[in-house]
Amino acid sequence: MERAGKASVTHRLYGLLEQIAPPLVSVVIALAISSLIIWVVGYDPVRAFSALFDGAFGGPRQIGETMLRSTPLIFTGLAVAYGFRAGLFNIGAEGQLFMGGLVAAWLGVALAGLPTMVIVPIILVAGAAAGMAWAFIPALLKARVGAHEVITTMMFTFIARYIVSWLVTGPLKAPGQIPQTVQLPAESMLPKFTDILPELGTGRAHLGFVVGIALAVVVWWVLKHTTLGYEARAVGFNPWASETGGISVSLTTVKSLCLSGALAATAGVTEVIGLHGRLFDQFSAGFGFTGIAVALLARNNPLAVIMTAMLFGALSAGSGTMQLQADVPSKVVFIIQGLVVFLVAAQQLAVWLLRPFKARGGVENA
Amino acid sequence: MDAALLEVREVTKRFPGVLANDKVSMSLESGEIVALLGENGAGKSTLMNVVYGLLSPDGGELYYEGHPVKVRSPRHAIDLGIGMVHQHFMLVEPLTVTENIVLGNEPTKIAGVIDFSTARKAVAEISKRYGLAVDPDAVIRDLSVGMQQRVEILKALYRGAKILILDEPTAVLTPQEVRELFKVVRSLVDEGLAVVFITHKLEEVMAVADRVVVMRDGRVVGEARPSETDMAGLARMMVGRDVVFRVEKKPSVRGETILEVDGLEVLDERRLEAVRGMSFDVCAGEVVALAGVSGNGQTELVEALTGLRRPAAGSVRLSGKDITHASARQSIEAGVSHVPEDRHRRGMVLEFDLAENMILGDHRLEPFSRHGVMKPTEIARVTEERVAAYDVRTPSIRVLGGALSGGNQQKLVLARELGRDPKLLIAAQPTRGLDVGAIEFVHQQILAERDSGKGVLLVSLELEEVQGLADRILVVYEGRIVKEFAAGEASDEDLGLYMTGGGGDKFAESTEVSVKGLGT
Repeated sequence: MERAGKASVTHRLYGLLEQIAPPLVSVVIALAISSLIIWVVGYDPVRAFSALFDGAFGGPRQIGETMLRSTPLIFTGLAVAYGFRAGLFNIGAEGQLFMGGLVAAWLGVALAGLPTMVIVPIILVAGAAAGMAWAFIPALLKARVGAHEVITTMMFTFIARYIVSWLVTGPLKAPGQIPQTVQLPAESMLPKFTDILPELGTGRAHLGFVVGIALAVVVWWVLKHTTLGYEARAVGFNPWASETGGISVSLTTVKSLCLSGALAATAGVTEVIGLHGRLFDQFSAGFGFTGIAVALLARNNPLAVIMTAMLFGALSAGSGTMQLQADVPSKVVFIIQGLVVFLVAAQQLAVWLLRPFKARGGVENA
Repeated sequence: MDAALLEVREVTKRFPGVLANDKVSMSLESGEIVALLGENGAGKSTLMNVVYGLLSPDGGELYYEGHPVKVRSPRHAIDLGIGMVHQHFMLVEPLTVTENIVLGNEPTKIAGVIDFSTARKAVAEISKRYGLAVDPDAVIRDLSVGMQQRVEILKALYRGAKILILDEPTAVLTPQEVRELFKVVRSLVDEGLAVVFITHKLEEVMAVADRVVVMRDGRVVGEARPSETDMAGLARMMVGRDVVFRVEKKPSVRGETILEVDGLEVLDERRLEAVRGMSFDVCAGEVVALAGVSGNGQTELVEALTGLRRPAAGSVRLSGKDITHASARQSIEAGVSHVPEDRHRRGMVLEFDLAENMILGDHRLEPFSRHGVMKPTEIARVTEERVAAYDVRTPSIRVLGGALSGGNQQKLVLARELGRDPKLLIAAQPTRGLDVGAIEFVHQQILAERDSGKGVLLVSLELEEVQGLADRILVVYEGRIVKEFAAGEASDEDLGLYMTGGGGDKFAESTEVSVKGLGT
């Protein structure tokens, strides 16, 4: 008995290590290669990275900025991770995010006058529902006729972006030169940390970050402790065995992609009611796509998504300081991001693509 | 001078936590067939992978034609004259037979252009010499599994193999193909080759081997000539205890009708009629066996009965209740348990741990979950109980399903399917790929289920299994039930005749059609 117990503890530790090691190695290699590039181009990598770190964690304002920039990535990271767990590649998180943002900008005005405590939850739920609806059509197409979600959700991203583009330049355009919607009233906005406790000094960081962490825990719990998550994982691993076990694969696909869409849309909602206070063409810096990298780096573990989203958030937040203090162009951060994504994707996409083959061939010989 | 062709001396191979080979010694002469017999996990494949250069040993030596060698790689093994046919074929499916055989050793004209006419000639010559008829221009994916295996053997011969290692070669073959293979192997040794035949099936050893080396727990535990021993003796060596071949069976106490199938018609993937009007019933307390060559509609029938496939016509009733169009979930909830023919594909989720696998199909029900929230402690408790009751050997219930051996995986599936206390058990090839110890266990469980008043529908390709377990035997051929026998009424030959379309009015068609379907 005791031996078995010990074995399972080491087993678990080993399993944990096995999970953490590859992404960690990817990040370290990415930083190393970036240092080399910075050095070759003629800057001091040590100064660059210490400035980057300063800009991301150097004080309350910097930490706040990191939190701010992590927030949408937590949601899109969770969205993509949940999809992956169910065997779906929701590459269209960006489109769902746009629909979430659109609903937030509309309801933020439409519900003006109600107390924040009422408006904000309504907007969050309605925005998520919009993302869910936006993911529903690709999900239905996948379940009914097998149309691949990579194609359909991607196409739906274009549709969503152009709808928003048209609305902010036309029907919903605020008076003035700039194509954007009107500024939301204060009561429609998600409070900033400093609105509650000014002495925190966390700058623009808002409660969306807390919502993100809470949702990560919820998603983790759903995957681990509910039949909904169990069925999603079962279908993601082995649809045939799931079917045999009485799980409807098509229904699970629809549910999972819709849930993924809801999570992605929340990113759009919090960007609108937490940060910008309005909707415009470029309100998302490709968060839906960065979410794929966030999820892969986190190995689709919802709790790890918090960490990886913060890594990307920190890189983004620190880039300005790096430019100011070390004279390194802030665009270098994109190189680092790109390298991390590349190294992680090269390894994880390979694993993901090889998964069906591994399941079939590998085990029988063991 | 009289050095053996291959001698293995005290080879030891360790894996983390396992001593796979413990000072194993054996030898091999030209012109003999040595069967390497042992249960799954006894170390047979490990030993041969060492010989073939896939694994490097932690101790011991290999002697090839009297000289010590270190086989560095499969390439090196091939150069030495050692060929191996793996369980999973290493063929390039879109290429032709000839292309596959010469792959890696292509005869070339100038500038690296492959000389296909020379290649085709060489292939034809070898295939003629060893009596291995195969169309050199056929594309691999169009060939039956038996033919593909033949190509693998030709590949080894083309590279000049003097030793041919066959890793569980019969696992994927039909009885007819097995007989063909034995003939081929015999002709190879007549030509002076040495063949190592890895297997856990005793009948095969008796049928084909000149000598048998028995392994257990990584050690050689005995050596014998089949002519000087019997199956019981070999089984005892292999398992380390006495094995009951024919399970003791109490007379059947037939109760009310559980399953009624009436005029059932089912289409396959290509929308062809796979089940062409089957009618039968299964009563409580009896095992009804569906005997037949693979690909005669059994898979589609089972899928239709378990809600995985919509029947095109006919009806299915369970205890009087119509379940013709029930979903898989409704079928399970109505009391149908299903041990699928393909464990890895349909039977379990290899990436799930044992507890997660144990509740598959019952995960929505109490005590495993309530209002959609799972109850981990209950799940763990029931899993522990069933793992103990069904003798699933595992260090912990948190081990992934894919890490278990085939026998333990099947016990896990049985534990789940029987643990939910069904009315009807549908077991499709429940002992495929299992070793004798596990087969015995599965058979006992099936009979115990029968004796407790459940109905059992057994689908099997193994005549021995059918004869041993069934109270009634239904022979299927081309989607129809062509004959019904009571237990003990038919000989293996009778069954074989009806299974291949003979016996009745349908003589003309050969087995060609049904054998083709096996590849899938």
